[in-house]
Amino acid sequence: MADPRITLEEVLHVAALARLELTEEEAAKMQSELDAILDYIAELEALDLEGVPPTFHSIPMDAPFRADVPGRCSDRSEILGEAPASDSGGFAVPIVLEVDT
Amino acid sequence: MTAFPWESAHAIRDQVLGGERSAVEVARDYLNRAEAHNSELSAFLYLDHEGALAAAARVDRSVHAGESLGPLAGVPVAVKDNLCTRGVPTTCASKILEGYLPPYDAHVVEVLRRADAIIVGKTNLDEFAMGSSNENSAFGPVHNPWSTDRAPGGSSGGSATATAAGLVPLALGSDTGGSVRQPGAFCGITAFKPTYGRVSRYGLIAFASSLDQVGPMARSVRESALLLEVIAGHDPRDATSADAPVGGYQQACDRGVEGLRIGVVREQIDGVQDGDVKTGLEASLGALEEEGAELVEVELPHAKHAISVYYLIAPAEASSNLARFDGIRYGLRVAGTDLIDTYNKTRAAGFGAEVRRRIMLGTYALSAGYYDAFYLRAQRVRTLIRRDYDAAFERCDVICSPTTPTPAFALGDKVDDPLDMYLADIYTVPPSIAGLCAVSTPCGLSRQGLPLGVQFTGRPFAEEVLFRVAQVVEDACGLRGRHPPGL
Repeated sequence: MADPRITLEEVLHVAALARLELTEEEAAKMQSELDAILDYIAELEALDLEGVPPTFHSIPMDAPFRADVPGRCSDRSEILGEAPASDSGGFAVPIVLEVDT
Repeated sequence: MTAFPWESAHAIRDQVLGGERSAVEVARDYLNRAEAHNSELSAFLYLDHEGALAAAARVDRSVHAGESLGPLAGVPVAVKDNLCTRGVPTTCASKILEGYLPPYDAHVVEVLRRADAIIVGKTNLDEFAMGSSNENSAFGPVHNPWSTDRAPGGSSGGSATATAAGLVPLALGSDTGGSVRQPGAFCGITAFKPTYGRVSRYGLIAFASSLDQVGPMARSVRESALLLEVIAGHDPRDATSADAPVGGYQQACDRGVEGLRIGVVREQIDGVQDGDVKTGLEASLGALEEEGAELVEVELPHAKHAISVYYLIAPAEASSNLARFDGIRYGLRVAGTDLIDTYNKTRAAGFGAEVRRRIMLGTYALSAGYYDAFYLRAQRVRTLIRRDYDAAFERCDVICSPTTPTPAFALGDKVDDPLDMYLADIYTVPPSIAGLCAVSTPCGLSRQGLPLGVQFTGRPFAEEVLFRVAQVVEDACGLRGRHPPGL
C-alpha cells in the first residue's frame, strides 16, 4: 500500500488545531476517511495552473461603506441569556490565566 | 375526510384576501396536517403553533380593517432550521445549538413577515447544512414522501419534504453546493438557487460564506417565482448582498423560450448512467425545442474538477465559520479542566461525524505548509471553472443538465462512504463554484415512481431566463398534479 496522504500524527495535530477531541478509535477512522477524500482531491495536482489567479469572490462586487448612522444594538441581557454562563454583564469562561496572589 | 386540495400559495392568498377563508383557519389546517404527518416524515424540527396563529390573527384583522396586505398574505411557509427566527428554536440540526433562541430574525424571515406570510415551523436538515441525504441531522433523518425508505436529499431535505408532502405550499432552504436543488429533484418540487448575492445571508448561520445562498422551494415554478420576488434584493447587513434590480420573476414564467439558446454539455449528457434520468433530460430538451428554443453544444472542460474544488473550499470556510461554536456564547458547553479543554470537549460532544470530518478537512487545507497546495490551488481551479462558464454563455443563454445522477437513493445507502455521498452533487456543485443561479424542476417520474429533476444554470443575475425555461418544462413534462402516494 502507498504511503497515506495524511498520517495519524497529522490527524491528531489538525484535531488539536481545530479544537476537537478525538478518541483513538475516532482518530483512526478519521485518518482513513480523510485519506480517501484527499486521494480523490489529488487529481487537481495534474492541472497546469501557471498564471491562473485565484477566485475568492465568484461574483465581482464592490464592498461599499455603509452610511455611518447610529442604530439600535441588540439587547445585552438577551444575548447573555443565550450563554451557558454569564456573570457581571459578560460571558463567564473557565479560568484562562493563573494569577499568583 | 375530504381529499387534500393541494392548493397553491396564490390560491391561499386570494382566498384569505377575498375573505373566503380566514388566515387562522388556513394556519390551523396546515399545522394539523404537519403535526399528523411529521412522525412519519420528520420534516419539521419545530412547529410554531403559537407564533403562526398569532401572525394569522394579525392578517385576519388587517383583512377585516380593509388594509393592504403583502404578497404572501396568510400563506404558510416553512423555514430551514439554519435561518435565525427570533425567539424560536434554531438548531442547525446540531446538538451544539440545541435550545438556542436567536435574539433576531434572518433577513429572509423578516421579509417573509413583512409580506404577511405565516411561518409555521423550522425544518430538518443535515447538521449545519452538510450532507446530501439528511442523514446527518442530529435529530434523525427526514423521509422522502414519495417512498419513505428513501432519502429526501440534502441538506434542505426537511423543506423539500414539507413542500412535496403538502405540509406547506412554500419553504425556504439554503444551497451551498446543491442543498436546495438536489432535495428538490429527489422530492419532485421546484427549487431555486439564486445568484450569489441575490438574497441576503444575514441571519443564515454560515457554512461556506462564499457559496451559501437562501433559495425558494415550491410545488410549481410560478410559486417559486413569487417567493423569490419576496426574498430577493439588497440588504446592507450582508456585505455581499448585491445592489442589483430584482426582476419580475412571475411575469417571466409567461414569456416562453422562443429564440433562447439552451446549452448542453455533450460529456455530461453522455455520462448519464441512469436510464430514467436520461429520459427526463431528453423530455425536457424536447419540450424546449418544441417551444422554439435552440439547442447548442457547449463545453465545460473543468467542471469535472468541481467536486475536488468544492471539498477544499467549503470545508476550509466551514472550519473557520464553525470556530464560533466553542461553548462560550451560546448553545452547549461541556466543562473541561480549563478553557482549551472546554472547547475540545464541547465541540467533540456537540458536532456530529460529518461536521467534524469537514472541520478537519478544512483545518488541514488551511494549515501551515498546506495552504498553497490545497486551498489556493482550489481557488485557482475555481477561476478555470468560471472561465468555462463565461465562454459557454457567449454561445447560449442557459445550460441544461440533470440535477442528480440518479433518483432518490435509499436511506442508509451511502452513509458509510462519505466520498460516494459527495458525488451525489456532481451536477449541482459546478454552478455553485461559479456563483451562478440555477434551478431544479421536475421532469417526470422514474419507472419506480420517483421524481426526476432537470437543472438549468444561468448567467449571474439572469434569474428570469431560468423561470422561462422551467415553466416550459413544467407545462410539458412536469408532475402534472401527481403527488406522493397516500398523501
